[in-house]
Amino acid sequence: MFGLKDHKTFFVKFQSLLALLLMVIVFSVWKTEEFCTMSNFWVVMRQISVNTCLSVGMTLVILTGGIDLSVGSVLALSGVVMAGLLKNGLELPVFNLFVGFNVLGAVLVGLIVGSSLGLFNGLMVTRFNVPPFVATLVMLMMARGLTELWTGGAAITGLGDSFGYLGAGWFLGVPVQVWTCVAIVAAAVVVLRKTRFGRYVYAVGGNQRAAKLSGLNVKRIKLLVYTMAGGLSAVGGFIVTSKLDSATPIAGDGYELDSIAAVVIGGTSLSGGKGSVLGTVLGALIIGVLNSGLIILQVPPFSQKVIKGVVILLAVAIEMHGKDQ
Amino acid sequence: MVAAKTQTKVLEARSVSKTFGGIKALDGVDLEVYAGQVVAVVGENGAGKSTLMNILSGVYQDYAGRIVLDGRQVVFADPKEARDNGIGIIHQELNLIPHLSVAENVFLGREFLNALGLIDYKRTNSETAKILQKLGLQIDPRVPVAGLRVGQQQIVEIARVLSLNARILIMDEPTSAISEHEIGILFDLIRSLADQGVAIVYITHKLGELFQIADRVTVLRDGKLVGSNLVDSVGHDDIVRMMVGRDVKDFFVKADVVSQQQVLKVKDLCLEHPRRSGDYVVDHASFNVRAGEVLGLFGLMGAGRTELLETIFGVHPRRSSGEVLLDGRRIKVKSPTDAIRHGIGFVTEDRKLEGLIMQMSIAASVSLASLKQTELFGLLSGRRERRLAQEYVDRLRIKTPSVRQAVENLSGGNQQKVVIAKWLATNPRVLLLDEPTRGVDVNAKNEIYRLIGELAQAGLAIVMVSSELPEIIAVADRIIVLSEGKQTAEFTPSQANEELIMNAAIPKSFGCAESLRV
Repeated sequence: MFGLKDHKTFFVKFQSLLALLLMVIVFSVWKTEEFCTMSNFWVVMRQISVNTCLSVGMTLVILTGGIDLSVGSVLALSGVVMAGLLKNGLELPVFNLFVGFNVLGAVLVGLIVGSSLGLFNGLMVTRFNVPPFVATLVMLMMARGLTELWTGGAAITGLGDSFGYLGAGWFLGVPVQVWTCVAIVAAAVVVLRKTRFGRYVYAVGGNQRAAKLSGLNVKRIKLLVYTMAGGLSAVGGFIVTSKLDSATPIAGDGYELDSIAAVVIGGTSLSGGKGSVLGTVLGALIIGVLNSGLIILQVPPFSQKVIKGVVILLAVAIEMHGKDQ
Repeated sequence: MVAAKTQTKVLEARSVSKTFGGIKALDGVDLEVYAGQVVAVVGENGAGKSTLMNILSGVYQDYAGRIVLDGRQVVFADPKEARDNGIGIIHQELNLIPHLSVAENVFLGREFLNALGLIDYKRTNSETAKILQKLGLQIDPRVPVAGLRVGQQQIVEIARVLSLNARILIMDEPTSAISEHEIGILFDLIRSLADQGVAIVYITHKLGELFQIADRVTVLRDGKLVGSNLVDSVGHDDIVRMMVGRDVKDFFVKADVVSQQQVLKVKDLCLEHPRRSGDYVVDHASFNVRAGEVLGLFGLMGAGRTELLETIFGVHPRRSSGEVLLDGRRIKVKSPTDAIRHGIGFVTEDRKLEGLIMQMSIAASVSLASLKQTELFGLLSGRRERRLAQEYVDRLRIKTPSVRQAVENLSGGNQQKVVIAKWLATNPRVLLLDEPTRGVDVNAKNEIYRLIGELAQAGLAIVMVSSELPEIIAVADRIIVLSEGKQTAEFTPSQANEELIMNAAIPKSFGCAESLRV
């Protein structure tokens, strides 16, 4: 319905897929030895796994017609909370209490923190009618500030092997974080296509008033998508932290832009109601392959940004052009 | 009065045709426009009126036939060229920028500049004041148009067109959003413009207006010219026959299937005005509807028709008071979700804004309000959903190649049927219909009337809001008239005629009529 059967979306997907193939072919022919290796494949896959996590959440939010600018900061705060609890535990001087955390406990609390921040975004949007752009921009600042307060500005390192394995180890010949990512994408696809909630996400973004008059609880649906986006940012924070064996207060800085880019390149409409998670995965892949190729070609970092910008612009311009006809 | 004027033909369309994607919107239509005269172009929705105006005003270039201006053939490259040639158009939706002042709007894009190249507000304002005075509108050119009433905004729009030296003024259904009182002002203005030699093309589907204002009338139906005449030489009934080809009563008679069983009862239902406290948009509405009954609600713009339905449906829980009873039991409806749970469905007036999610498929649209029934083991089943939709596509005769089709690709009538299907799928006891035939073609109208009859026969209690008198008289078993939020009269179809209903509907504050109680 919204997927491959709709031929307009199909065209958009198809052209993203073509762009991806084209880039892979160009880089493969040009820099066969560096680009076309198994190790580079896994580098790319691991690199995009964080962005994919964030972008799945972003896709949900954008499908309802909103936006979440806070994903990078929420990622950082969740990451340092996990690392801090794992490393130092939690002292509660009031009760004269010290609580130690194992890996599972620390990760769980981190995920709860991320989801709560998302819930807060959602409450701002639904109860106080703060525009999503403003609500999540404020969260972007606040979560970053809280991150710095929690860490005192310094990175938390030395988190132990088992924590590191969950984020950066290998399982059945595939990095654990790629498994995580695949699981999230699969779950998101099922939720969006096969559950009432997923259908309602499209309905709210497609026409909020019609959705409300059809008896949908628009506020609850929005609350849920922002909460999910927060939780998925925390998963991203977990992956980043365990991969680096370090939680830095500057982690995830600017990730919201890569994430929005992936969603948009993936053909999801910024006005909501139209798009798919698989499109977003494709968008994340395009950005990942482009990054990798530009690094291998030794393009200077500043020029990389310009080139990435041009690619995103082209993707969106082509999509809009397709819409006109 | 026509004969007294000199007959100068200023604009003429000669066998103009236009197709959209294989469908003929206009088929060999002629139109003659004379200086100092008002020519009314009438026809049902979808008759091709707007297409013709868009061709005259330069919006479309790819049409067949000829446009002749002052005796010479013209092809306008764009609306600007038409404007430069003295053709001004005022669209149904006004094109003003709300936060700019009246003067800024009138001279938008043609601002007077002073020596420094900055906007010369003094001159802009004084020129605007001059034009407004000519039009008899007493407002300060410096106030933002957002603060004006719709009727005043319309005059600002006319001022803008006239400031461009328009000799031919096209007005597309200018009275659709203004009050009776403002209509009077507008008509005086149109007459005085005609006396000054301006040629006016007046598009409408309201026949009453045409006899008040027009010198000539051109009737379109299904894209074809049905006839062109001097207004004095034709009667009301002639034009109706030309427009629809037949009478509503000729093709629809609702069977009397009203049972004794009372389904919906509304008692002292009120809706407070969103801004003026103590003022009511719906003022103590009380009525009941029985199984198999169609209750018609008639009212003019602003009478609170839509708001009454919305209040029953739980759209304004915070501002509403009063009781809604279903089968004699009082129900609490705090949201549309509650209303649907109690078996109330609401076919909204505006399909695009309120009824449908345009990019969704028919299957998804039909199941939207009752999605749970398409679930299988907690997951949506595409097959169940399509089966459900197919059932309604067949039953309501929705014309589509497949239920996977997006609703935006359907015609207005079929879209409306999808909205109705969405509500029927919730298995309602009460169906609220708000202008169910707005913007659909004549055939689809018939089908919708027949459908309403079938639904009543199946025992639904139906409340139908309509602003089309022939429609409400033919379809409803009982008619309640609303005026300024209050119930002013109740009729049975045999008692009712257009005049009685209209009299009850006209707000008393304009002093036009006493309210009637029959």
